[in-house]
Amino acid sequence: MKNWWKILSVVLLMYVMIMGFLGEVPRQPILNESVRNLYFHVTMWFSMMALLITSVWYSVKYLRNPLEEYDDKAVEFAYTGILFGVLGLITGSLWARFTWGAWWTNDPKLNSVAIGMLIYFAYIILRGSFQDELQRGRISAVYNIFAFVIFMVLIWILPRMTDSLHPGNGGNPGFKPMDTKGTMQIVFRPAIVGWILLGVWITTLRLRLKKLERIQKEL
Amino acid sequence: MEIFEHDIYHSKYYLVFEFGVYLCCNFVARKNFGLILFVFDRSLEKQTLSEKLMFQEVKALINKEVKLEWRQKYALNGMLLYIVSTVYICYLSFKLKTNELKPITWNTLFWIILLFTAVNSIAKSFQQEKHGRLLYYYTLASPEGIILSKIIYNSLLMLVLSLAGFGFYAIVMGNPVGDISLYLGSIILGAVGFSSTLTMIAGIASKADNSSTLMAILSFPVIIPILLLLLKVSKNALDGLDRGSSADEVFTLLAIDLIVVVLSVILFPYLWKS
Repeated sequence: MKNWWKILSVVLLMYVMIMGFLGEVPRQPILNESVRNLYFHVTMWFSMMALLITSVWYSVKYLRNPLEEYDDKAVEFAYTGILFGVLGLITGSLWARFTWGAWWTNDPKLNSVAIGMLIYFAYIILRGSFQDELQRGRISAVYNIFAFVIFMVLIWILPRMTDSLHPGNGGNPGFKPMDTKGTMQIVFRPAIVGWILLGVWITTLRLRLKKLERIQKEL
Repeated sequence: MEIFEHDIYHSKYYLVFEFGVYLCCNFVARKNFGLILFVFDRSLEKQTLSEKLMFQEVKALINKEVKLEWRQKYALNGMLLYIVSTVYICYLSFKLKTNELKPITWNTLFWIILLFTAVNSIAKSFQQEKHGRLLYYYTLASPEGIILSKIIYNSLLMLVLSLAGFGFYAIVMGNPVGDISLYLGSIILGAVGFSSTLTMIAGIASKADNSSTLMAILSFPVIIPILLLLLKVSKNALDGLDRGSSADEVFTLLAIDLIVVVLSVILFPYLWKS
């Protein structure tokens, strides 16, 4: 059973879907039922981080040993990471509309992630501007590592230096005090694993597609 | 669950510094590259030959850059004229009512002018030189020496440009700065931060075909963390706030500068090979 993790991903996400919409959640003013978005919004960022870290890992590997395989993996993990980042922005925007009253607020975390997405779009454009595969691989790997470090500064350090509307920042309470019975944690933690596995699955599918296209081109 | 906790980040600067120091140590250990140690501790007598050579190499390369710039003065004069005319355009665009300008607008405008000057002047640091000559350096100097010398030289260039720009800006747009030495300090930090980040990006962009567009789209998002911190520090200096209130930002800026320089030195050899 080498595909056990795909089955695990499906099972976990089914569980998250059912428990996420039907399970018990703490009753809070303003948040109300929208607190369920925790399973879909916060987990996107976990998955994005996991995928982008994997991407940087393969970029480092590529610089040490320039195999085409590593370059493919680095770029495909980055693509899926971007997808999860955009989904995180969309779910966050939806949540902000019903709790903070606007689709987009001038919150440092929102701005940081938006800039982070710009950095990764620039990465895609950079890749597009090379013809030679070896050069493209090496230079985009260098940029990927460089951009990742700046991205970390953006999302981990800068938002901590100002107030934010997000829970756990600027005097706002986190989720822990209200989830006294732990009913959300038993859905939240499997959700993180499930979404990350789904991200890896999407990436492996794209990698296979890329390999097939390459074979087709050679024929 | 840690992510629910409120205060795991009370040591936020520690995180940045630890990462910087980690990268440094790793690098020193891996490559026996003692330049960083050398800068911190000049009394260190046990320098190996390679460290001494490295230092000489960087010095010689900076010398070369300065001489090159001095021989073709039009480039430097061009950049000076660029910043002066931009400032003048801003002055005229506000219809000469600069005394009605709010401090925050004054500050932001100045940094945006500096940002564009930096992108334009540093973009040429790799494009200026011909392919043959780059190949010649490749045989002579180590990539670490080249990137360090370029970063240091670009920092000096940006320092000259931004201080000249600040002087002219203060003359035509008025000078509402409360704490002038802190403001100049933020300009120095900005010059080093901009040039260390942009030198690496210029190296990346120069390898591609449409390098001027690429330079802009690669550098703007990457430069934003530095720019935001600079805006905050300089706004504090502008309002003449207590120095302690900008200590956090200055500290973080120094850490980011350090991280970017170390990263550039580590990554540049891979860029240089291609």
